[in-house]
Formats: sequence, structure tokens, C-alpha cells
Amino acid sequence: MDYSTVIADQVAAIPRSGIRDFFELVQGRDDVISLGVGEPDFRTPWNIREAAIYSLERGQTSYTSNLGLLQLRKLIAEYVEGFFNVSYAAEREVLVTVGVSEAIDLALRAMLNPGDEVIYHEPCYVSYSPSIAMAYGKAVSVSTHKDDGFSLKASELEKVITPKSRVLMLNFPTNPTGATIEREDLEEIAELCQKHDLMVITDEIYSELRYDDPEHLSIASLPGMKERTVLLHGFSKAFAMTGFRLGYACAPQPLIEAMMKIHQYSMLCAPITSQAAGIEALQNGAEAVAEMKQSYHQRRDYMVKRLNAMGLPCHTPGGAFYVFPEVGHLGLTSKEFAMQLLEATSVAAVPGDAFGACGEGFLRCCYATSMAEIVTAMDRMEQFVETLK
Amino acid sequence: MAIDPLLELLAQNARFSHQELAELLKKDEQEVANQMADWQKDGTILGYHTVINREQAGDDRVAAFIEVKLTPERGGGFDRLAMRIARFDQVSSCFLASGGYDLMVVVKGPSLMEVARFVSEKLSTIDGVLSTATHFRLKTYKENGFIFEQDEPEGRLVVSP
Repeated sequence: MDYSTVIADQVAAIPRSGIRDFFELVQGRDDVISLGVGEPDFRTPWNIREAAIYSLERGQTSYTSNLGLLQLRKLIAEYVEGFFNVSYAAEREVLVTVGVSEAIDLALRAMLNPGDEVIYHEPCYVSYSPSIAMAYGKAVSVSTHKDDGFSLKASELEKVITPKSRVLMLNFPTNPTGATIEREDLEEIAELCQKHDLMVITDEIYSELRYDDPEHLSIASLPGMKERTVLLHGFSKAFAMTGFRLGYACAPQPLIEAMMKIHQYSMLCAPITSQAAGIEALQNGAEAVAEMKQSYHQRRDYMVKRLNAMGLPCHTPGGAFYVFPEVGHLGLTSKEFAMQLLEATSVAAVPGDAFGACGEGFLRCCYATSMAEIVTAMDRMEQFVETLK
Repeated sequence: MAIDPLLELLAQNARFSHQELAELLKKDEQEVANQMADWQKDGTILGYHTVINREQAGDDRVAAFIEVKLTPERGGGFDRLAMRIARFDQVSSCFLASGGYDLMVVVKGPSLMEVARFVSEKLSTIDGVLSTATHFRLKTYKENGFIFEQDEPEGRLVVSP
């Protein structure tokens, strides 16, 4: 059977993920030190795991409300108000989803008509452009640059706005660059969104993991922006709960209602066990988050220092757990560098072009791995870089 | 009150080198070394030890938790007697506790007989010791913050988005 005629056009058109290519290369080697992961190296704090177990013990195995357990939504609303400084009504402006990934899909599908343009900044998380395509939108990327610390500038954004632009996607702190954004830049971007009537989907999954600056600032909290913003957040990164698949969307009621329509038919609800874990995380997880954050902070500083010292220049990323050093000046493409590094030293890091064309010439190194492994990885990379000079 | 981040790091892993500690804390290596020397001098740092899963290492020494009731003394309360007990080499830990007894004494020895002899000959014969109750350790699940059962191996994918 010729399956090429069976697969839908917009799915067939999605290119293979660069991450998946690289994963297949690395898989099967057993001596690898990996800086290639996109999740915390901590286990979920025990009190949160225990709450999930207890929920199962009590026999909580049913569906929940499509929106999610009310108790969880109330805690989310409370947390979001305290942390992001925006208030949402737990009863109608919060939707619990299966990770932020599902929430992105819902938000796009809820707002896009075929051909609508969605602007996002690159390098970026691998799902943005495919998610836009699957929602029949047109993905329009804006490059960000190392000289700006990979932050987004309103002047660059304005260049790609057209009458068809409908949505702007933001992700600060950013995977894969660890970039954060300054208040002035965010305010200018907010102004542009109001001027051109753009909706905003802001993925702030890494917002707890910020290391230097003042507090995290969400575009949703800027004047006039709550009404045009879908704020996405979740438990994966801050609480080390990736496998629980638990996220949420906060937005004005008509948007949540539209997203819920899709969610109720495709997902029904997030798993109740994960929701029980989420309740414990929000009630009693703050201390564990602070501990993990401090540990990431130390590892970030060490990695940034070592990479710069060995001749792989990188900015000090303000958040997330990634460093994005430059490798292009050594005469190899990102992919060549990553493959030769893997061959020669068994250190795996993801080529920057997996996160968009403008990531070419860079490498994503994740520091969510043990200090001992980071030290060994940096020693080996240093030797490898010497051979290229 | 949170303790100094340097102490926090050493409590997690006493084998960090001065250089590693300095890098983690963004301090000068000499500064770290001096600070540690000061703490050793003033008794803030009492020692550096390795947490060993003794069962796995083939150690068949026994340990016992002994509840000791004491007669408090005028002036010093339990302190003099407690220190007298704590100084024995066989005693690895000694705590004053609230509740049904006064001291929780952890005693380690090469055999059941040896520990029993220590309790009957040394401990219970001290003037002021009213009674003892000895509980022998059968298995260790967690010690000094370390779980004695290995977690499942890490299940993370080597490369993920």
C-alpha cells in the first residue's frame, strides 16, 4: 500500500525532528555523557510522588472535570496571581492540560483560521512550527541573535508583521538558549501587539528557573495584555514532573471555553493521578523548587565559565537549564561539531540547528545533569576543541 | 536559619575539592580553604565522613539503640552523666530526648555479646543510670539522609527536546 497517499498533506510536510535524528545516533552507545536532555535530572520530590500514590490508594481513578479538579485550578489561580501577578478566575479562566505541549496545540487550534500567520522567535522549542502547521496556520519565524542574548527585539518583530499576522508566540526563558527578556523590550512588544491586534501565546514553563535578574515578568501582567494573552505554564521543569504530563492554560473565559471544546473531545481531562500530584506540588513544593534552582544556578555558572574558557563563547543565560555556546567559528557546522564530539569523546549535545535555522553555528548544552558528569564533559570538550584549533 | 552555602555543599559532598567549591560559590580558592580551616578550628566542622552501606560492604558489626533512664543531678541536669556515657568509644551517638526515657544511646560493637556486655558492665553500672532498654538493629533503610536502597536507574532519554 502506498502510504504516502494516506498521510495528510500538512503532516507529511512536517520535516523530521533534528532532535530525533540525533537521538538515534546517540542511542545504543552506552558510555555517553549526555548534555542533550531537555528535562531536570532530579526525581520528582518525594512528597509529590507520595501524594500521587496516596491518590491511587484511595481509588481516585476516575475522569475529572474537563477543566481539571477545581481544587487544583484554585491553587493554580492563587499561584499564578502570586508568581505572575495576573489574576484569573479558577472556575472559568484556568484549564488543566496534559503538559504545556497540549496547551500550545489547543491555543493555536482555538484561534487560527487556515492561512493565519503565527510569529515565533527562533531558536525555539521544536514543537512550535509543526504545531502551527497542524493548526493550518503559517509559521513565521523571527531570528534572535547572540549579541542580544537571544532575546526578542520589537524592531525585529515589527519587520515580519503583516495584515495576516494573528498570533505571537513567546517563550522566555527560552529553550534552547536560556534567554530572558528585559521589561523594556517586553513593553515594546506588548505595544506592538496592541497596535497590530495580535494575540499572544506565552509559554513560560521555565519561569521559576531564573538566576540573576529581578523577578520573572510575564507579558500577561502588562497593562492591556491579559485580555489578549494565553498564559501557559506547567509542573514539568520547576517541580521536576516531566513524566506526569501536567500543565495549564490561563486566559480570558471565551478563549478557555474554545480551548476546552477541543480538549474535551481529544483528551477529556489530564490524568487524575497527575492532578493529585500537582495539588501537593503547589501546596508543599516551594522549598524543593528553591533547592533545585540553587543547584542549577551553580552548575550554570560552572558550565558557562568552562565553555568560554575553552573557546566556545556563550552568553550567560538568565534562565532555564541550557547554555547555547557558539561552535561555528571552528569551521564545522553544528551537526558536524556535535557528531565529531560524540565520536571522539562520547559527549552528546544537541546541534543548534535542530531549534531553527538561526541556531546553526551553536550547540545546546543542558546542565541538568550531575556536577561530576558536567566536569568530565567539560574536560573532554576542552580537549576536543583543542584538536580543532 | 539557613546555614552557609559552603557548609551546605560540604554536607552534601565532603569530597569537593577547594577548587570545585570555589567555582560553585564564585569565591576565591584560598578564601574557601581559609574558611574551612577556621571552621575546623572553632568546631563548626567536626569531621568529614563517608556514609557506607555496611551490610553491602560485608560488615557484620551490630548496632543497638539503648533507651537510658537517668537521675538528673542538681546543677547540671543530665549533662555530666550524658557526657560520661558519650565518651565511651563504643557509643557512636548519644542524644537527650523528651518522652519515656532520657538518653538515646547508639552503641556499635563486633558482636551481640560484646554490645550486651558493654551495656550490662559499663552503662548500667554507672551511678545515676536507673534503667536501660536495648533494641538491636535488624536492618538499615536510611542513614544520615542517605537511602540504603538504590533508586531505579535513571530513565531519562539521552536526547530529548
